[in-house]
Amino acid sequence: MMEEVKEVVSALSVHGHNIKIPEVVTDGDTLTFLVVSQKLSGTGEYHVYRTWDDFEWLQQHLFSQEDVPGIQGIIFPPLPAKAHVNPSAKVMKQLGFLGLGEWQPYCKALETFLQQVATHKILSKNKAVEVFLTSSDAPGRQKVKKNIFNRLSQAVEEMRKEGHKDVDEFFQSERDHNLVLTGCSKTAAEKFLDVVLTEQKVAVACGHFSAALHLCVEAGEDPDKKAFSRLCVKISEVFDSMKKNVTSVAENNMKTLGLGLDLESRYQEAEREMLFRRTCKLVELENAKRNAEKAKPVKKAVMEEVKTATETEFQQICGVSKQEISRFQGVRVKMLQQALVQWCEKQLLTAKESADQFNQHLQAFRGMA
Amino acid sequence: MAASSDRNPPPFPATEEPEPGLPDMADGDSDEGEDIFVSNSNPVSVSRGVSQPDRVNDEPPDLFGEEEEAGSTTAKSNGVHSDDDNDLFAEAHVELSTDKSGSSARKDLSASSGPRPASTFTQSPAAMQPTSLEQLEEEEAKDSFDVDVAVTNPEKVGDGMNAYVAYKVSTRTSLTMFRSKTFSVRRRFSDFLGLYEKLSVKQSLHGCIIPLPPEKSVVGMTKVKVGMDDPSSVEFVERRRAALERYLQRVVSHPSLLQDPDVREFLERDDLPRAVNTQALSGAGFLKMINKASDAVNKMTIKMNESDTWFEDKFQEVETEDQQLRKLHAVVDSLVNHRKELCGNTAVFAKSMAMLGNSEDNTALSRALSQLAEVEDKMEQLHQEQAASDFFIFAELLADYIRLLGAVRGCFDQRMRAWQRWQEAQSTLQKKREAEAKLLWANKPEKLQQAKEEITEWEARVTQYERDFDRIGMTVRKEVLRFEKEKAKDFKSQIIKYLEAMLQSQQRLVKFWEAFLPEAKAIA
Repeated sequence: MMEEVKEVVSALSVHGHNIKIPEVVTDGDTLTFLVVSQKLSGTGEYHVYRTWDDFEWLQQHLFSQEDVPGIQGIIFPPLPAKAHVNPSAKVMKQLGFLGLGEWQPYCKALETFLQQVATHKILSKNKAVEVFLTSSDAPGRQKVKKNIFNRLSQAVEEMRKEGHKDVDEFFQSERDHNLVLTGCSKTAAEKFLDVVLTEQKVAVACGHFSAALHLCVEAGEDPDKKAFSRLCVKISEVFDSMKKNVTSVAENNMKTLGLGLDLESRYQEAEREMLFRRTCKLVELENAKRNAEKAKPVKKAVMEEVKTATETEFQQICGVSKQEISRFQGVRVKMLQQALVQWCEKQLLTAKESADQFNQHLQAFRGMA
Repeated sequence: MAASSDRNPPPFPATEEPEPGLPDMADGDSDEGEDIFVSNSNPVSVSRGVSQPDRVNDEPPDLFGEEEEAGSTTAKSNGVHSDDDNDLFAEAHVELSTDKSGSSARKDLSASSGPRPASTFTQSPAAMQPTSLEQLEEEEAKDSFDVDVAVTNPEKVGDGMNAYVAYKVSTRTSLTMFRSKTFSVRRRFSDFLGLYEKLSVKQSLHGCIIPLPPEKSVVGMTKVKVGMDDPSSVEFVERRRAALERYLQRVVSHPSLLQDPDVREFLERDDLPRAVNTQALSGAGFLKMINKASDAVNKMTIKMNESDTWFEDKFQEVETEDQQLRKLHAVVDSLVNHRKELCGNTAVFAKSMAMLGNSEDNTALSRALSQLAEVEDKMEQLHQEQAASDFFIFAELLADYIRLLGAVRGCFDQRMRAWQRWQEAQSTLQKKREAEAKLLWANKPEKLQQAKEEITEWEARVTQYERDFDRIGMTVRKEVLRFEKEKAKDFKSQIIKYLEAMLQSQQRLVKFWEAFLPEAKAIA
């Protein structure tokens, strides 16, 4: 059990890019995730069990690295919201795609979170990451001290800063662009979720029809009755096939594009948070400048110091931020591409299989006397 | 329906190539003079209104010069094709026809097979000759009917609340009892109802299962009176048109009904006197009438002593089947609604992806996302067609049969009534005989003469009614057997249509995905 973890600079002893969460176990109302990572030395794997609270512990540690210069300029990989075994409707709505598919998309999302953290130049150096991935004991549950990253705690006045005009064209444009993309991707994810949920309803209806047809099958020697009964059975099979087809389509949607859109939307949101932090710092800097200017000779020196310190912080944030933005652009395009390619390949396969099945059914019917 | 290639087809006249440009009844009003019925189907093909199995096996089963464009209201067998759906759910589906010609194994079949997925999808050239078990049986049974009917071109006549929709009813026949080989007339909905009214009261047709026309709908018609252009009106009119067509097809494929002068008059006469008394034939009216049949049986004081249990058993079966069909119908309805919902959701999603694509900086990604939006748009169309398929192929089929089962119960009811009449006549005869005996005793010669006359009269009646009862009994048996055969055929041909439509959808889907994959991979 580790105590208060200092941000000791250390290297990670496992590979970051292939961290996997192959299993999730339900224990009462809690979900426990199996996290598997490959040792750098090539001598094996770490298997650890973590709950969402452990993930949050990790995240809080990452947020609280105040000694790292420009930390506020980092786009922190987004952690999905907490999930329970029996989530309330509100939580389900919040989770969106991640609440479906028996937690498979959720596991993937957590996986991505860990991979992004573990491959991040700055973040991966935090000891908490090593502890999280390798310690067989659960990480400490002490609440890490409150940090400025908790957006929920920000007052309404703070939110107004979001619109504050920037001094840098690059950043102003990035902020504008990000705002649009955040909205668009969130909407796209929501609308796609609607599609998937409706597909599931169609599948259920097909299943009902299939079952209802079975009720029409009657015993009896009457040749016409038998012919009709046979028909009903076969039509029932057709609709069973259809149910499987639509279910597959929905699953494919969920696990590839759905997940991709969800991730994109949360990542855009994460970038937005970072840009907001920078903007806040900008406001702080401008205030500091003004104060220094207006200060009476008595206070002037102090104000100048504050101004200089703030200026330094701001520059650091800008520096880190630019790097992060560039990295982010690369990562997100790659992720979206992967999602789209997987989506297309899976749906193509499903469509081909369905076509085959329908063809078989069709031939069977045509061959019926 | 056996695959055509399995059969030894009877030799057919040269199959005509359907030209896409051929007059199609959807355009304006092609007159009788033109060949309204363009198809490769052999004119002696059976017009099985109920099940058009030939249609499935023939090349363009489109009997009536079908076109592929939207808004086409050309008749289809059973009016159950996605072509109709073009009217139904959206405007021009030009894409459909081009996709269709690309469909596999469509060989020479031109685009006029159009958006009709039901046309032989996997047909091989060998199967170009329209063959069908139907036709073979028909030749053998010498039971061939040579009548095909179509209902097309719904047009609003008049304005305001007095407006109505007139349909073109076209007939093609080789029977000599008709005035010519092809002809058409315009009819309105109440004319169809009137036809049913006339047929249902005919003594000579008692015991027959007389097909029912679709129900009236005040709500539907009011919308249409206001304007025929909005989607729900279009849907309503198309649904009604298809139902009227199926109705007529069932009528003309019934041997006894085809012979009926009222039917002929309906098909041929230019000026049909307007039907009155159609008020009673509302949806609720039908239902009431049908329930009366069951009530009549239950309320009978003198229970019939059935010589064999066939009638009782069958009646029970019909009741059971009615329940089953209703359940199926409810489920299909729910399926149709979900598919429609899926359409809507897909369209909204497509838009959101388009917006995302537009906002995207990375060129390749932006293009891929826009392509994605287009794929989703195409999928929306597919969903629409599937919903229409579900609806027209299954929902309407089930609805038709629920109504038809009502007609079946109706003819059982008629038999009951015939029996009752006979029994009552017997009991009246008995009373007359008793009266005569009394008169003999009382010795009143004048009254005696009258009594004897009455007895003779009633004896004749009893004989007549007994014969009627027997005849109706035989008719009912024959009709029920025919009904069951038709039903099996109908369901089979419909599921085949459905599968063909589904198969085609999937194949198009495969093409969409194959086209999109390189785009997705191209994202750097």
